[in-house]
This record gives sequence, structure tokens and C-alpha cells, in this order.
Amino acid sequence: MTVLPPMVTADRVGLVACDHCGALSPRHPGRMTCPRCGGVLHRRKPDSLNRTWALLVAAIILYLPANLLPVMVTTSLFHKTHDTIISGVVYFWNTGSVGLAVLIFSFSILIPILKMGALGFLVVSVRHGSARTRRQRMVLFRIVEFVGRWSMLDVFVVALMAGLVRFHSLAMVEAGPGAAAFGAVVVLTMLASFSFDSRLIWDNDERCDER
Amino acid sequence: MTEELGACPECDALYRRRRLKRGETARCPRCGARLYGRSRIGPDQMLGLVTGALLTFIIANAYPIVVMQVQGVSNSATLSGSIVTLWTEGRRLMAVLVFATTQLFPLLDLLAMTALLSVAVRMRQGGATRPVWFAPLLRFLQSMRPWGMTEVFMLGVLVALVKLSNMAHILPGVALWAFGALTILLAAILTFDLRSLWDENGS
Repeated sequence: MTVLPPMVTADRVGLVACDHCGALSPRHPGRMTCPRCGGVLHRRKPDSLNRTWALLVAAIILYLPANLLPVMVTTSLFHKTHDTIISGVVYFWNTGSVGLAVLIFSFSILIPILKMGALGFLVVSVRHGSARTRRQRMVLFRIVEFVGRWSMLDVFVVALMAGLVRFHSLAMVEAGPGAAAFGAVVVLTMLASFSFDSRLIWDNDERCDER
Repeated sequence: MTEELGACPECDALYRRRRLKRGETARCPRCGARLYGRSRIGPDQMLGLVTGALLTFIIANAYPIVVMQVQGVSNSATLSGSIVTLWTEGRRLMAVLVFATTQLFPLLDLLAMTALLSVAVRMRQGGATRPVWFAPLLRFLQSMRPWGMTEVFMLGVLVALVKLSNMAHILPGVALWAFGALTILLAAILTFDLRSLWDENGS
């Protein structure tokens, strides 16, 4: 592949790349559509940083009920247990399934927290980050995008258990309100990472180079 | 002139496109993003994989994933049955979430792939032109793809099985194997670069 002189971007030479099909078109004011695929063209994702922030804040708020409310309610002959995400991890740990405890802890607790932290850092660093870390930030963003979906794991586990364990007088498993909140956190963080335009990391860098 | 130029979707750097050999991938020299690739398998073979995945999808959804026995009483769970249970118990948001990520989006993905690949195969054989729905459908498929979560669900099933095996007698159902096969098929299907469909003698 031949690279044109370093730092030449489509934007600099007045071109806009289509987010859908990749075709380049000349930039002009007003609404632009891609001549090849008909998709709407944007120089950068519209209102990227604000949208990412808004979705991220919503996710952080919902993260509280997701962890405090029970994700699963188990009723057996004599007692009723309310399980939160953390007590689910503890259950696996105590029953000897250490591997599963670690897996669920990573997917349901560690990854969501790191993901929200990373997205927040990425948004802030678009304006205040150092040019030298741009490649590392890019790697961070890719990890965030890749890993986000796996946090749905717990939601699926609860859904399946609720569908299966239905022995009315003996044992019943029902999904708790925390599970829906947790699912919403995953969806919101995924939306937040999709609305973040990684090209902004590099745009800022170009401006630094010019000075 | 702009035909042979491309911009990195992740950092906007300009590059000149080059024809790749099968299995090769072009990466952005500035940010390392995957720019475009040429799949090891062509659209016709991919169409075969997608058809296989559709059949597997039907089996995975028609049969119980797991059968559970407690004191002589047995109960089986299909994916659809579990979703209906969530809905009727008032966990509507969760029901919608599970339905969308494990049934609706994976199915739409496979159906859209079937339609788009059929067109690509026919165009390659010459003759056919691109139908009007091609571009909107491909755009839709691209934006919908991240929301299909079959592989995550598969892992969820395994975790649920371990959890339940402590409580009762568990028999894996037909759909469990079907979901396993579907996960593998989908992983192969996802290696197909959707953007390459735009280039199929598009201009």
C-alpha cells in the first residue's frame, strides 16, 4: 500500500469518506449524501463527544441499580433468595467454581467499570491528550468496542434460568429488576462507543503538528 | 481520481487502494485499523455457509436447549420459551433485549447476507445488475451487525448449565449442540468483509 505524504487526511484535501461504503466525495456545505450508496455523509460523526458523554452518564447512573437490585430471585420450598451480580460471583467462588467466578466477575463487574472509565478518558483526551499517546488511545478504543458485548453474559444466564427453573412448589427462578438495568448499561455503553468518532483523536493531533 | 483513493475509517488518513490476494488484509499505517480485506472464501462459498447457518439457527430455536429434572418432574427450556416467560412475568425490557440480541438480529443478519451474497454471486457471473434494495439493505446490515450476540449467549448457556448442575439433574438438549455449531458458523461468516460487497463491480 502506498501512503500519500504523512498526515494527509481526506478532510484536509476537502474530501468526506462515507461511513457506510467508504467512497470519497468532495465536501460541501449543507446535507451531503454518498453518490455510491446513498448514505448520509458526515465530516465527523455528528455531535460525537456530547452524545458519547450523555450516553456514558446515563450508563453510569444505571450502573447503580444494576448492581444494587437483585438480578435473580430464587424461590424454593422454604425460603426466597435475592441474588445480585456480586452475590452470584460469591456463590460460584464458594461452591468451588473459581474459574467461573473469575469469568463472571470480569464480564459483569470489571469490564463495565473499565469500559466506562476508558470511554470517559477517551472523550476527555480528545481535547487534552498528548499527541504521543494517540496510538495507545486508539488501541484502548478498539478494546472497548470489542469487549463491550460480552457483558451481556449475566443477562443471558438469568434469562435462561428463569425460563428453565419453573417447578412451582419446589423451585422457581425469576429475573429481578437488576438484570434489565444491567442490560441497559451494556446497551448504553455500546451506543456510547459507537457514537464516539475515533478520527477526533487524530484530528486534534494534526492541529498540534501545525503549530 | 478518487476511485482508487480511500480514507481510513478510524483516523481519516488517505491511502491508495491496491488489489489484494486472497486472505490478505490492508491496514492503516498510521493507526493500525483494518482498511479492507479479501476473504479467503468467495461470495459463493460464503453463501453456502450462510445457508448452513440458517438451518442451524432453525434447529437451535425449535428444540430445547436443556432439560432439567427435579424429583421426577422434568422441565425443558427453549430460547423462545424463556423469552416468553420473561415477558409474561413483567420483565418486558429484558425480554425485548434478549429477543433482539439472540433471535431477531442474528436472523436478520443471515437473511440479509443471503440476499446480498446472491446478488454478488449473480453479478460476478455477469448479467445481473444491482437491485435498488441492495444499498439500503447493506447499510442496514452494517449498522445492525454488532447487536447480534449469539456467541455471548452460547457462553451464557454454558454458565447457566454449570450453575444448574449443582441444583438438579441436567440433560443437554439438541439446541445446545445447534447453538455451538451456529457460534462457529457465525464466526466464519463474520470474517467476510462487508465493505467488499460495495466494490463488486459497483461503479
